[in-house]
Amino acid sequence: MEKVLLKNLGKPGSHTLANYVASGGYKAFSTALKMKPDNIIQMVKDSGLRGRGGAGFSTGLKWSFIPKDPTLQKYLCCNADEGEPGTFKDRGIIDHDPHLLIEGMAISCYAIGASKSYIYIRGEFVFGAERLQEAIDEAYANGYLGKNIQGSGFDLDMYVHRGFGAYICGEETALLESIEGYRAQPRKKPPFPALAGLYGKPTVINNVETLSCIPAIVEKGPEWFSKMGPVKSPGPKIYCVSGHVKKPGLYELPMGTTARDIIYNHCGGMLRDGKPLKAFIPGGVSAPLLMPADLDTPLDFDSLAAKGTMLGSGAVIVMDTSTCMVKTAYIINRFFSHESCGKCTPCRDGTPWLTRILKRIEHGEGRPGDLELLDGVCDNIFGRTFCPLGDGAVMALRGALKNFREEFQYHIDHKRCMVS
Amino acid sequence: MLSEQAKQEILASLKKYHDKRSAVMDAVRIAQKENGGHVVKRDMEEIAEILEMQPVEVNAAAAFYTMYRIDKPVGRHHIQVCRNISCSLMGAEHIIKHLERSLGIKTGETTTDHRITLSTVECLGSCGTAPMMQVNDEYYENLTEAKIDELLKKMA
Repeated sequence: MEKVLLKNLGKPGSHTLANYVASGGYKAFSTALKMKPDNIIQMVKDSGLRGRGGAGFSTGLKWSFIPKDPTLQKYLCCNADEGEPGTFKDRGIIDHDPHLLIEGMAISCYAIGASKSYIYIRGEFVFGAERLQEAIDEAYANGYLGKNIQGSGFDLDMYVHRGFGAYICGEETALLESIEGYRAQPRKKPPFPALAGLYGKPTVINNVETLSCIPAIVEKGPEWFSKMGPVKSPGPKIYCVSGHVKKPGLYELPMGTTARDIIYNHCGGMLRDGKPLKAFIPGGVSAPLLMPADLDTPLDFDSLAAKGTMLGSGAVIVMDTSTCMVKTAYIINRFFSHESCGKCTPCRDGTPWLTRILKRIEHGEGRPGDLELLDGVCDNIFGRTFCPLGDGAVMALRGALKNFREEFQYHIDHKRCMVS
Repeated sequence: MLSEQAKQEILASLKKYHDKRSAVMDAVRIAQKENGGHVVKRDMEEIAEILEMQPVEVNAAAAFYTMYRIDKPVGRHHIQVCRNISCSLMGAEHIIKHLERSLGIKTGETTTDHRITLSTVECLGSCGTAPMMQVNDEYYENLTEAKIDELLKKMA
């Protein structure tokens, strides 16, 4: 497969504007500037592109919700807060091909009529933030950003906004609160950001990988894109593979590649001989885990939803038989309680409660009835929170309890681990 | 007191936004960096004045984000080891124990010479090269005991 998103990964100097332009970069932006904005939105709709941040919503449809009133200030915010454990794809694009993202954003801004755009990058990505700023400076100096771009009359400013350690900023309305200078707590929806987003103005928030698909869609056409992978969720997808495989890393493959193909073919198989696959998480820690019997499931939005889990950010976390599922569940849950923003009670008080129970089970201090208690607390969080963080914590834990309940029970009964 | 340069950086950040308040994250980050890794109340009061906010609002915003260290000094080298799932699967606990042993401190502590602070953190987005850690702004990936020993020697 011809690579779209990671084509420049590993090429020396791939981050410079000169090399990006030499390999055909910014041509799609020039083409787009000669098109009607609505036609670009239609193209993106026709391509079937769905948001790569996790929700899988139609990108073209999201853009079409932006009011057409030319007197309104509109914004595009790129979500580069990459924080779902197991995910490192946006960092790959930002570090190696920042102009791909900038070009994708420039085309998107033109399509929705936004003259200001922000890249919200997580605080730990210091290298990425500096790299983006250098690339943005280059783009201004060469007339790809700024006033009256290429004589089209279109103006665009682009800024880097650095986060500073809060997973919740990946939630789109929390991200807006953070740019506005507040604690990053999610907003009530509706109104949706398309009508009242940043500073109360119409705003689109898209993930780095989503925006990086845009130049290729404009250049090669929506049909080319829609023919790659499954009909209902087409296009290239970056799978982030980590854990017990021989060759972890980023793999750009057609959407819907199976876990079996990814783990045993692309990643060279399981890490250690004699330690076969125990379970894998298909889409970041919020996604319920899958079992070896599920290896042939295509990793796309709909196939995974049908299995009761999700593609999420495309983070495939592979665990062999040496893995203790109680410890795994504890680590994942501890993360969610650490990151709960504190806005709503079920999540703020519920996730630390789950963590305390899991901790005592993990440390051989579990009590009879603890599993039922976990079930009960999960029921009181799920579907009762402001944003999906609490749901994610519950879905992950329920997945582990469903498939490995006897392992949790063993910990409680024997005060020790079944595995190690 | 914020230096003239820090103030200029904050004023430059203001230009990115519709509202002055939006620059609060940049401003506190700039102050923290200048102050050697933690931020103090006096600087937040100055920031409040520049951004036309109340000091308590600056504090409330900053306190939400884990990377701002309000009145919590760190050593010259701040080692932050990822303890999340992918790093844990690849031996993060082992790495943390090795660091604690080598430095003679527990997680969360600073060496008595104020040289090194050891912390654990949640996922840093480097899961394909686990286990990993961040030292100040730099990432160190595919860690082994030998790599850590080498690195610690270089930390003056």
